[in-house]
Amino acid sequence: MQRFSVGQRVRTVALREQGHTRLPRYLAQHAGVISRVHGLYPLADDRAAGLDTPPQALYGVSFEARELFGDGTQSFTVIADLWDAYLEDAS
Amino acid sequence: MSDHHGHDHEQHGHDHEHGGHEESATMAERVRRLIAKLEDKGLVSEAQVDQTVAAFLAGAGPSNGARLVARAWVDPAFKEKLLADGNAAIEDLGLDMSHWARVTLRAAENTEQVHNVIVCTLCSCYPIALLGPSPSWYKSLDYRARVVRDPRGVLAEFGVSLDPKMEIRVWDSTAELRYIVVPQRPAGTESLGEAELAALVGRDALIGTALVAASA
Repeated sequence: MQRFSVGQRVRTVALREQGHTRLPRYLAQHAGVISRVHGLYPLADDRAAGLDTPPQALYGVSFEARELFGDGTQSFTVIADLWDAYLEDAS
Repeated sequence: MSDHHGHDHEQHGHDHEHGGHEESATMAERVRRLIAKLEDKGLVSEAQVDQTVAAFLAGAGPSNGARLVARAWVDPAFKEKLLADGNAAIEDLGLDMSHWARVTLRAAENTEQVHNVIVCTLCSCYPIALLGPSPSWYKSLDYRARVVRDPRGVLAEFGVSLDPKMEIRVWDSTAELRYIVVPQRPAGTESLGEAELAALVGRDALIGTALVAASA
């Protein structure tokens, strides 16, 4: 299921405490914008745990450097591919 | 050694558990141990591993990426296709990234306003089929940690100085997509053919840590 669409503001969830994830620590609990919808892909966290859950939406999410690293950071953008489970609506 | 790295899981695990993993065991040792375990359990033979890796790496090298870029430079319709659906575009050139895992190719185009650079902060995801095995610096903790915090500084160390107004996009390969940069075609190459153009495009330009010069 695709919960988010291009241009929508989202916020990443907290880093899970145990098990595998493909949400990088530096991107956890930050606001970004959906820049692309990639389609459905098996969630890495579940796959690593041997769980055969249905594929879920994967998005390109764009983050401003200042949001990630604070004011005074040079201006640039980081784009990462994040699964639906890593995101909350922040619009 | 695939576009989709088998070691993702272990490597990522240490990212927030114990950062010193790479010091305690080299990747080569870890891979050897893993293969030994798989052989013990009768899941694979050494010959199968060798054969698979050899088949995968045969024909995998940066000349593939360079061909892709040269075609995009001379053929606007191909460039459009490459940017919209990378996998469909590489098929046109007889290339393939789907060896045993579904991997989606995305191309990021450099323009007068935008410079793109690629990293995998969690491990070392890389479009091996198009670029060959990744350089060691790409896999280093130093590059992975710093290019997402100080891309201008890192690019400067690679000898790439960009206009301060240039927008920088850092693509972190966190999932099943692999990225390639389409560098800007250098001025003064209007008379060159596709093969000559491809010869100008080096590996680092396809990662975004170099620009393409008019003479190789």
